[in-house]
Amino acid sequence: MTDTSALLAPLLAIQDQDDAAGHGINEEEWARLTKRLGRAPNLVELGIYSVMWSEHCSYKSSRRHLSKFPTQNARVIQGPGENAGVIDIGDGQAAIFKMESHNHPSYIEPYQGAATGVGGILRDVFTMGARPIALVNALRFGAPEHPKTRSLVAGVVAGIGGYGNCVGVPTVAGETEFDAGYNGNILVNAMAIGLADQDKIFYARGATPGNPIFYVGSKTGRDGIHGATMASAEFSEGEEDNRPTVQVGDPFTEKLLIEACLELMATDAIQAIQDMGAAGLTSSSVEMADKGGIGIDMDLDKVPQRERGMSAYEIMLSESQERMLMVLKPGKVETAKAIFDKYDLDAEVIGMTTDTGHMVLRQFGEIVCDIPVPPLAEDAPNYDRPWTSPPERQPLAADAWKIDQDPLDILMQLMGCPDMASKRWIWEQYDRHVMGDTLDSSQSMGDAALIRVHGTSKALAVSSDCTPRYVSADPFEGGKQAVAESYRNLSAVGATPVAITDNLNFGNPEKPATMGYIVRAIEGMAEACRTLDYPVVSGNVSLYNETDGQAIPPTPVVGGVGLVEDFQKVVGLGGARSGDRLILVGETAGHLGASLFARQILALNNDQLGPPPPVDLLLEKKTADFVRHLIVGGLVNAAHDVSDGGLACAAVEMALASHLGLDLGQHSLPDLFGEDQARFILSVSESQFAQFPEHDALKIVGTFTTPDGPFGVNGKSMPLEDLRRAHEEWMPNYMAGVDAS
Amino acid sequence: MRSAIIVFPGSNCDRDAQVALREITGHEPEMVWHKSGKLPDRLDLVMVPGGFSYGDYLRCGAIAANSPIISTLREHAQRGGYVLGICNGFQVLCETGLLPGALIRNASLHFACKPQPLRISARDSAFTRSYGDTDNILIPIAHHDGNYVADEATLDRLEGEGLVAFRYIGNPNGSARDIAGVLSDNGRILGMMPHPERAIGGHEGGDHGRALFDSLLSSL
Repeated sequence: MTDTSALLAPLLAIQDQDDAAGHGINEEEWARLTKRLGRAPNLVELGIYSVMWSEHCSYKSSRRHLSKFPTQNARVIQGPGENAGVIDIGDGQAAIFKMESHNHPSYIEPYQGAATGVGGILRDVFTMGARPIALVNALRFGAPEHPKTRSLVAGVVAGIGGYGNCVGVPTVAGETEFDAGYNGNILVNAMAIGLADQDKIFYARGATPGNPIFYVGSKTGRDGIHGATMASAEFSEGEEDNRPTVQVGDPFTEKLLIEACLELMATDAIQAIQDMGAAGLTSSSVEMADKGGIGIDMDLDKVPQRERGMSAYEIMLSESQERMLMVLKPGKVETAKAIFDKYDLDAEVIGMTTDTGHMVLRQFGEIVCDIPVPPLAEDAPNYDRPWTSPPERQPLAADAWKIDQDPLDILMQLMGCPDMASKRWIWEQYDRHVMGDTLDSSQSMGDAALIRVHGTSKALAVSSDCTPRYVSADPFEGGKQAVAESYRNLSAVGATPVAITDNLNFGNPEKPATMGYIVRAIEGMAEACRTLDYPVVSGNVSLYNETDGQAIPPTPVVGGVGLVEDFQKVVGLGGARSGDRLILVGETAGHLGASLFARQILALNNDQLGPPPPVDLLLEKKTADFVRHLIVGGLVNAAHDVSDGGLACAAVEMALASHLGLDLGQHSLPDLFGEDQARFILSVSESQFAQFPEHDALKIVGTFTTPDGPFGVNGKSMPLEDLRRAHEEWMPNYMAGVDAS
Repeated sequence: MRSAIIVFPGSNCDRDAQVALREITGHEPEMVWHKSGKLPDRLDLVMVPGGFSYGDYLRCGAIAANSPIISTLREHAQRGGYVLGICNGFQVLCETGLLPGALIRNASLHFACKPQPLRISARDSAFTRSYGDTDNILIPIAHHDGNYVADEATLDRLEGEGLVAFRYIGNPNGSARDIAGVLSDNGRILGMMPHPERAIGGHEGGDHGRALFDSLLSSL
């Protein structure tokens, strides 16, 4: 028998400002809290305020800047503010998607950190009534030679695969890069896309008073307590001791939860629903109460618990995984219980919605919390953090590129460098084909993955993009570029880009220099979203990505989703045919600033790398639209956007994917490796080319030759297989600890 | 063709199997939740789909092999009905003893998902005869525990009696004698790690799995 009075006494103890500081609440916030409440809080109440007002839940440093994003276009059904964004994909169907980070947990415990990141983002999507149909991930690790990198890569990849494979949702695309700037703070961003009928979408809003609050899924344990607060502070060495704040995932339960929730959603039983993610039961219940403008009264003794003697504080702050909270319509409890019983999942009524506007919590018959709901959500701090403009970089010297190295040697180096090398070692550990609708995944080397909309001729295209090299150099142009590259990647397979989700990863916003990167990157992205009619419908902000005062490179990742009306009309990289011409679309100025060439070949660092290529957004739109029309019109055999490594690397990738030799002709190094934006390469036959409409920036730059023939440029050639080996061998050798040098 | 697909908690290729049977045989398979305790009468084919039944906890397929529904699967098999177990389904069939051997962790210790070349070893089986004189096919694999093991005598017997249905070309998981799929003594139960139901055309998996289902249809 648990002694309840001993448990209750500390919970009810009145807290002071020092206690608040221990919960990450600063002086100003403490003053605000006590003023709103009219008294000092007890421990449970303080815990609830601290997580709701944490950076992770309240976006207090970024909120005013996020409002600069355009969030609407003709296809947007739901923009930011719900669990995920929703777009109209025609025929009464909707695509629902979001990207979210699990950076801090993944550094501390890579397998579970990454696994639960996947679990959390899946819940955001099926909470809204969507069946998840695809997963994407964007990973950034430290320098390959850093002693922790190899084990972090192995753990994160195993965690993503372990969860996604088991739950039965294909992991179809992603990106992985390495940079010393992530040595102490890796990035694990996961994106999920789901499919729903537009008349069967569920929201956190809509709950009314007098209805049962229904808890389903796993039991609540002591794991992950204060995870949201951990994600809102800098790291220091030795922080691995935070391991108990990392949650443990169970993809088997998640799979059952998906099936049970979707089965319940097919009946008319749910009024409002929210998954228990960061800040668990606290944020899920507060969100539903706040959005419904109601109160809640919960008896925590009814919460299914994994261990005995848990306090109200622990129950409310636990981040145990695979749990959902819903408000049921009257008279639906039995229906709901029967469905969860079928799947052997816990399901309990733990309270009722009320008209008091208060959050009342009871444990052992005592009221342990009684606070007004609106201040928790709406009165959360909203800071206008001071920021300074990031410094402008000087252009590269005009002759910096004049080196005595053969383009083929340079290509061997670039194709095998960590950021360009094939990530086969990673994506072969992900089930890319379950659900039977994967038209194109990582294995096609394409610019975007393609997933068929089950049972239709439509498909969704998806990609993940960010070039931190550019954002570090100039956050405004780099922010524009991340959105523009996403737009280009989707267009390169023949899809019409519709909307994005974003994952903004930065350092400590309390430092004006870091805040400057946050503000300017957001402004650049927002301008691109506006010009391209490519709005933000959901997203996540991850700040305090610092270790011992060193911020990560600014990394605003863009997850783009596009629509294909007829999947028979898509193209990839692998469709080039012998005799095809390689056509370069777009203007080439030979911009080498902040390029892969400058970093890998010229061995320049930081400011020496110079400014990134400027992004002309109107030209991006015009060029991408032109290419998409050619693809849909059947005038292209293969297409690829030109990005890292410029024309030369793009051409090698197409040759490798098509298993064809290529003669690239004669070009200067800046023309081969410059990273000018708004460019594509296309493989087309003579007769296709003859049917091209007028365009003022088309250039024939090469000819595809024989199957697995040589790759040639500037009068010299080499076996395509040598380039393939350079491209394929780096990652497996690295993971096996083979010294390639 | 009257067919059913057993759905265990954690099965995740049940829909893939359903689509393949519907598209190729033209008949809608019955989806049977494991708790229902029994299969419909007079079935021609029972499929045990891929996935992670019971989360792969304890051992892949071990808990599913003790589900109440398995007794009616045995009855179906004893009547000479066809059974096709794919991936986790193969693991379940080995755990039930309906097929010999066991599947352990891949030799690489990694999950492996890729297009996998296979050699057709049992040419005239009920599951392969529509392949005609095709030697090699490409079928996707996606598993963590596909490393087939059995004692030497069993392996010799399987090979000697023509019960090895498919072999890997470029062994991806360490399987004994490159075995990718095995048949029961009566040739009516097939367990295989590769996913023919993910290779029925129109997607990244290709279409080399269609002939397997065509074979079954023509064997009835």
